[in-house]
Amino acid sequence: MLLALLADLHGNLEALHACLKHARDSGATKYAFLGDFVGYGADPAAVVEIVQDHVARGAIAVQGNHDAWVAQSGRAISPGAQDSILWTREALSRDAKAWLSSLPLCLREEAVCFVHASASTPERWDYIEDPAAAKQSADAAGVPWTFSGHVHRQMLFFETPAGKMSSFSPVPGSAVPVRRNRRWVAIVGSAGQPRERNPAAAYALFDPERETLTFQRVPYDHLKAAQKIRAAGLPDLLLWSSR
Amino acid sequence: MSDRRPVTERRMPGELIDDFLVWEVLHPGAQGVVYRVTGRDTGFPLLMKVPRFQSADPAESLLNYETEAMILPVLSGPHVPRFVAAGDIRRLPYLVFEQIKGQSLESQLVRCPLSAVEVSTIGAAIADALHSLHRQDAVHCDLKPDNVILRPTGEAVLIDFGLAWHARFPDMLAEEQWFAAGSAPYLSPEQLLGVRGDPRSDLFSLGVILYELATGELPFGMPASKGGLRQRLWMDPDPPSLLSPEVRPGLQEIILRCLEPQPEHRYQSAAHVAFDLRHPDQVQLTSRAFKKEPAGFFTQTRRWWKAQVSPIRPPTRVKRDFDAVPVVMVAVDTTHADDERQPVIQRATRQVLSLSDEFRLVCVSVVKAAPLGSDDTATAEHLDHLVRLRDWTAPLGLPAQRLSLHVIVAADPSAALVEFARQNNVDLIVLGAPRPTQQALAWWRSVASSVTANAHCSVHVVRVPEPRQVAVPA
Repeated sequence: MLLALLADLHGNLEALHACLKHARDSGATKYAFLGDFVGYGADPAAVVEIVQDHVARGAIAVQGNHDAWVAQSGRAISPGAQDSILWTREALSRDAKAWLSSLPLCLREEAVCFVHASASTPERWDYIEDPAAAKQSADAAGVPWTFSGHVHRQMLFFETPAGKMSSFSPVPGSAVPVRRNRRWVAIVGSAGQPRERNPAAAYALFDPERETLTFQRVPYDHLKAAQKIRAAGLPDLLLWSSR
Repeated sequence: MSDRRPVTERRMPGELIDDFLVWEVLHPGAQGVVYRVTGRDTGFPLLMKVPRFQSADPAESLLNYETEAMILPVLSGPHVPRFVAAGDIRRLPYLVFEQIKGQSLESQLVRCPLSAVEVSTIGAAIADALHSLHRQDAVHCDLKPDNVILRPTGEAVLIDFGLAWHARFPDMLAEEQWFAAGSAPYLSPEQLLGVRGDPRSDLFSLGVILYELATGELPFGMPASKGGLRQRLWMDPDPPSLLSPEVRPGLQEIILRCLEPQPEHRYQSAAHVAFDLRHPDQVQLTSRAFKKEPAGFFTQTRRWWKAQVSPIRPPTRVKRDFDAVPVVMVAVDTTHADDERQPVIQRATRQVLSLSDEFRLVCVSVVKAAPLGSDDTATAEHLDHLVRLRDWTAPLGLPAQRLSLHVIVAADPSAALVEFARQNNVDLIVLGAPRPTQQALAWWRSVASSVTANAHCSVHVVRVPEPRQVAVPA
């Protein structure tokens, strides 16, 4: 079994198609979508539809902060996101919003925990940017592997023998052994809006039998996605991936 | 962490572990027991290493095992044992890999001091092995005679990757200050400060080995305490020539350069160390080469004091760009000095070198053997070619330590160039395409085509641009 982990799609249909094709070609048989399917990008409805389709066939999906904000009537907490939230609310059907609102914040399946932000108080949308935050999430998850998004930067945290967490910047395409004798927190990166000065979409592949995790970067037509964002009248501020 | 305690490391001859039949214990190491095993048709003899769980620190044994199990499978080439299998870390941790036939360098230490030639030969073999490892994004971090096996063919093989570091894997040993028993004399100063993953740390350890082989002594002794270990942060070792008159200035220069406390003052690539060890006459000598005694009492006291009052910081820049220090080889035809390709090749060489700050340029001229001349004539001719080679490099304005000049006498120039490049870990060969006047000569018969086809590395074939043919209307 090979599990594809995709986070922060952010309504970017081109990036989602590219990642799904890459995952399929790499032999992925199962999918987990780690939240923030909408917001920023110009194709929220199409992206939600694809994720729903995968969930109907057994995929896992958890809710992200943008999904929650779009589904509610309140304001976004992130000031830069407010315009895109309002636009996305208009672009999504009532059913799509109801579905986003129904998603769980955190899911555990065997030895894996799926959560958009931190497994400790996921509703606070804390960013896991340092080993201390990763340790909190791992402690709350209580399983060897915690897979998250939210940070838009690929990162792997691992438990040291002293019980602390340490961080590692993964090299795309290299299978990293992630043995279950220690705990791991992986930030799989953003498919729809990577923020690493590299427009290629980010996701990861987890092989639970071999206990390896492979971070991936997939080039796609990011200029087309950016052009759609402009055409939709969404703010240029949000064109992270084409920078 | 798993609550399933691993089973004991004790294995009995005749026991079957997964596919492998256990034979005798070959090496009861501190971190792991090594058995001879059979059971898989690999075409080479097999060893099984089982981590010790009843050692003083079982967590350390397991961590070393985990590190080696992660790194060994991705390493390749003749300088590491071939990986075969690994057991489940929670149920039955073990590693099965190739048994290297040869002698441990440790077993050679009783013969020290060795002759300068032997020190250079063994040292260059180890440097080749390190270069191969470093190019695979890995650093050994525990280089010592125990961990080097010399094949009967002279190649060195590195073993025991329990403390190694790999750029593509998380470093389980980061933030842990664990050094294997017996490693203290070989540890680099930055490793003492907790820096891992700098290939130049391996070059320091190589310097300690070279020193030991050449003098029979360890440059910093066998430190038993942390204070003793830290001496290498400020203390000068005795110059090797003080202990062994066999050590000439060239070899002393190489050894002391490897032993520089600051990584940036050492060689920046194992390939460069191997090169200097193989060409002692080309070593750029500095004051290190002629040192007759360690720095004076006051200098060392000052360094010691500095080390006491200002907290020593690990170097901020860890060198991890392994290809940034290339060895570039240019083939120069010193027999036809007026060749119109010369300035074009020179320009191409200059462009290639401008891409890196830490290159090494090796200029080679292959000349045909003089037909039955006296030895004197042959020497004079050899010198003549060297002078022309030096003249050719003069416009490049390179400092002497970046440059070396070689005249090779051979009947087959392309074979000689390919072999020289291979022996000296060359990363790029620059040479000229056949001359426009030689167009009748088929490309496949040219030196350039033969070198391109057979070289182990990249080849930059330089062509004199042809004047554009403009069709003139009749």
